[in-house]
Formats: sequence, C-alpha cells, structure tokens
Amino acid sequence: MEELIRKSYPVAQADYVSAGHASADIKRTLKQLGVGGDVLRRVAVASYEVELNLVIHSLGGELTLRVLPDQVELISADCGPGIPDISMAMREGFSTANDEARSLGFGAGMGLPNMKRNADTFDIQSTVGVGTTITMGFALPS
Amino acid sequence: MEPIRYHSVRLDKEKCKGCTNCLRHCPTEAIRVRGGRAHILDTLCIDCGECIRICDYHAKIAITDVMDDVKKFKYAIALPAPTLYGQFRGLNNPEYVLEALKCIGFDDVFEVARGADVVTRAIRERLKEPRLPKPMISSACPTVVRLIQVRFPDLLDHVVDIRQPMEVAATIARDEFCRKHNCAPEDVGCFFITPCPAKMTAIRSPIGQDKSALDGAISMVELYGLLLPHVMRMLSDPNYVSPTGYGIGWATSSGEATAVCPENSLSVDGIDNVIRVLEEVENDKLSDLTFLEGNACIGGCVGGPLTFENNYVAKNTIRKMVDSMPKTHPDTDVPSSLMTKYPLKTNVPFKPNGAIKLDDNLAEAMRKMKHMNEILERLPGYDCGSCGSPTCRSFAEDIVRGYCTEMDCIHVLKHRLQHMAEEMVTLAQTTRE
Repeated sequence: MEELIRKSYPVAQADYVSAGHASADIKRTLKQLGVGGDVLRRVAVASYEVELNLVIHSLGGELTLRVLPDQVELISADCGPGIPDISMAMREGFSTANDEARSLGFGAGMGLPNMKRNADTFDIQSTVGVGTTITMGFALPS
Repeated sequence: MEPIRYHSVRLDKEKCKGCTNCLRHCPTEAIRVRGGRAHILDTLCIDCGECIRICDYHAKIAITDVMDDVKKFKYAIALPAPTLYGQFRGLNNPEYVLEALKCIGFDDVFEVARGADVVTRAIRERLKEPRLPKPMISSACPTVVRLIQVRFPDLLDHVVDIRQPMEVAATIARDEFCRKHNCAPEDVGCFFITPCPAKMTAIRSPIGQDKSALDGAISMVELYGLLLPHVMRMLSDPNYVSPTGYGIGWATSSGEATAVCPENSLSVDGIDNVIRVLEEVENDKLSDLTFLEGNACIGGCVGGPLTFENNYVAKNTIRKMVDSMPKTHPDTDVPSSLMTKYPLKTNVPFKPNGAIKLDDNLAEAMRKMKHMNEILERLPGYDCGSCGSPTCRSFAEDIVRGYCTEMDCIHVLKHRLQHMAEEMVTLAQTTRE
C-alpha cells in the first residue's frame, strides 16, 4: 500500500523536557488530515505511551508516523537495551522503570498493554543488546 | 463544521502597522499579515483577546454594545458578571454596584452569580449521571469551548451540556421582570456586563444554543468610570436577593470547580496552560478527574481583556467578599422548583470547527500535507513572521491552501536572487568572449 505521509521524530533517552512533543505533533498532523474521533483518540493514547516508553526505557530511538490510504501506522525503533522477556513486559503492572521515572509518576506498568489495547494491530520485536521495534496499526474508516 | 459568523475581536485598520507581534501570540494561528496589515481569519478566531493584550498600537479592538443600544428597549436589565465587583477596591457588598447600575440607566439588575448558582446545581446533578467521559470539561468560558472546537474536536463530548450562567440568569431575569411589570418579553433588553469579547461573541453567535437569551453585552471597562461615583454612594435595596459566595466565586479561577466538584477537579487558567492540559486529556492522562475548569484568561474572568482592575487585586477583592458571605451552597440555596422551571441544558450539540483540516477529502488532504512537508523542508525554520504567517509550518500550509507563494518568504527570495545574480555574472562573463 502506498505510503502517503511519513514523519519521523528522534526521541532521546531520559529527555523528560521534550517528552510529549512528538505525540502532540502526530495528533496535530492527523487533525489536519481530518482524522478524528475514535481513531485519533486511540492514536493519541498509543503515541504518547510509546514516546514515553522511548524516553523512560530506551537508550534513545525514533518514532515514525506513517499514513497510508487505509491506516495510520506508528513505528517505534530504539537502539537498545532490548527486552529479555516480552511476555513478561506485556503484563499489566510489570515495569522496569527506574527511580527517576517513578518519581515523575511513570512506571505503572501500563504502557505496553495500553498500546496493545488501543491499536488495531500490534507487533513487538526485540533483541537484547540490539533494540526493540514496535509497530502499531490503526485502521482508517473507509 | 461550525465556523463562527460574528466576532467581537476586530482589527482597527488605521492603527495597524503590519508588525508581526500578534502572529505568534494567537493560540489558534488565526492572524496573518498581508498587504502591510493584519487580518484575522474568521474561521479560526476564538475571540480570546490575546491579540488585544499584545498589540502595542492598540489596533486590535473588541466590539461591544454601548449605553445607546440599551436605550433602544423600553426596559433594560443589567446582568453583571461577578467579575464586576472585583473592579472596585475594598468593595464588600455587591449591592452598591447593583444600585449604581440602576443609577446609570438600567431599570433592573440581575446578578449572573445567581445564574452561576443555578448552573452549579445543574452541573452537580449532571456529574452524578453514569458513563460520562472523564474529566467533564466546563462550558463556562466560551473561548475554551471554541478552542476545543478548533484544536481538540475529539474532546467535544467531554464538554458539559449545561448553559452558561449569563444565559440562565438572563432567562430568569426577563421572565421575572415581565411578570412583575406585566410587559412583553420583547420590550425588555437584557445586557450582560462583560469582562471579555468572547462573551459578546457568544451572544451574537451562540454555542450550544440556537438563540441567546441576552440582547447584548457592554464592556466592563466602558462602564467603570460611569459606575464609580455611584458605587461610592453605597446605596442598597431592601428587597435584595443575594447569590451565594460560590456563585460570586465563579469570577476567579477555581471558583467554579470549588462550587461544582471540590472533591475531584482541576482548575487551569491562561490559554496556553489550558492547551497543555487539554493535550493531556486527549492522551487519556487525566481520566482520574471528574471535572476540569479551564479559563482562557489568567486568574479567571477577572483577567478578562475588558476589565479595568489588575486581575490579582480583583481576585483579592472577590476573595474577601466571598469570605464575608454566609457559606450556604447552591445545592440548598437554589430552590428545586427553579431547576425545572427554566431550560438549563444546551439544545444544540457542540460541533467541531473543522477549519484546521487541509481538505474535507482525506486523499486530497494527504496530498496537500505531503506537498506542505516538501515546502517546509525548503524553508529556513526561523519562524520570523516576515512572510506574514506565524510560523514556517503555517506558511507552508498557507501555500498549499493557495493563499501565498514560496517567494513571499524573504529568505527563500534572497537565496533565489543570489542564485540569479551568480547566473547573470556567469552569463556576462560568457558573452564577453
């Protein structure tokens, strides 16, 4: 399927100051395209969660928005450290957030489950020492 | 799509120098400078008045009614926003202001704070209903509702569907006056004494209602000088019906939330702060809250662009007045009969504004967005405003919408001229041989 819009946002490790800027721009882009209602709400939640995940857990990475004729796609790709046990990481309440993140109110262990719940398709690939890639799809109403 | 037809906020063409100060301060990017002067885009303006505050040349103005408009009616009722009491330093009794309003030409007065009491009770009852989106967002500040219509349309189902205090107050005021004086509703003019242009706009182009119960609005700063000598006379009325302190508290930020939902609410003031919090609501990060009060102006309505007194001083005056009043709550103070006597719910749904969409057709919108992103890559990213658009991004958007061309960017133009000059030199050198 032809990719119509592609925007990438670099996200730095532990950059709590800029956290939320990428997801805010993603929402703005979708609103300008006229994507609204339920799809926008779900992308808003998932994009914020995935952006914060990059800030809190990764060594840095990139969040990409792709808009295709029939769906919105969010791809988060980081350069480590990778997740040893994905099924454990997907459990509600499980978190490896550090004290700094917890002191800011994060680390409830709802990030990944929340993304999966809000996306129509959810894929996570991870290799320890290499990095994690999360791909989420949100179907656009025809 | 619901563009606003009427705006109180206007441009004084004579005074505008075409500087770009207002561009970056507009929360909806509704201003462009073209042909040496500013233009306010009707479809995006939410009448917040930020441009009125920022313009050094006083070229942004708010149109409101004047006392001559009041005289067109056989009878006129003044409906002062509680913010009016905060304009008079040391005032401890709203009655002096009410009597002063009668001295300057109104036949009767009805405090909007009493409307706020009724609305408080109505919202409290509404919040008890099951399956409401969280948090519910106050609809009292028309600028915040318009902001949601323009920038956060997916949050419109969070907006409380109860009418504004001024509307409820005007409905009751007119009805009571007509019964008492045995006159026709159309003989009575109801005028809101307003701290802001947004309320004036909300009367001419109502949100959530097909028709406003008010006939107009008069700016607080216009009336201040007329009222002051009469306020000093400290007249009072033996038949005075007082609102609660809670109703008067609506004049300041957190006043509404304190009355409506002290257990679990958040109050935000200042339009940029409201935007930040709405982003959080959109990210579903505030769903543990029951109620969100947003005020476009700093300090709440006391910070309105049409007020006279410093907003912090006004807030203090209001606070002292509220502290000295009995602590009765609208739940017990507002008679139950009143809750069914007058319409309190909105009768028109809050609709998305739609003006930020690049196109109604998704495929066409995507094509324009792609084009816009390509242009944006060629722009310097200074956001200098020299082109007349607030940012490089909005400039790129204006190009794809067909309002300007890339050469309107002086940096692109300079680059192009430099390139042409170099080509001419090359050409000249070539022809010499």
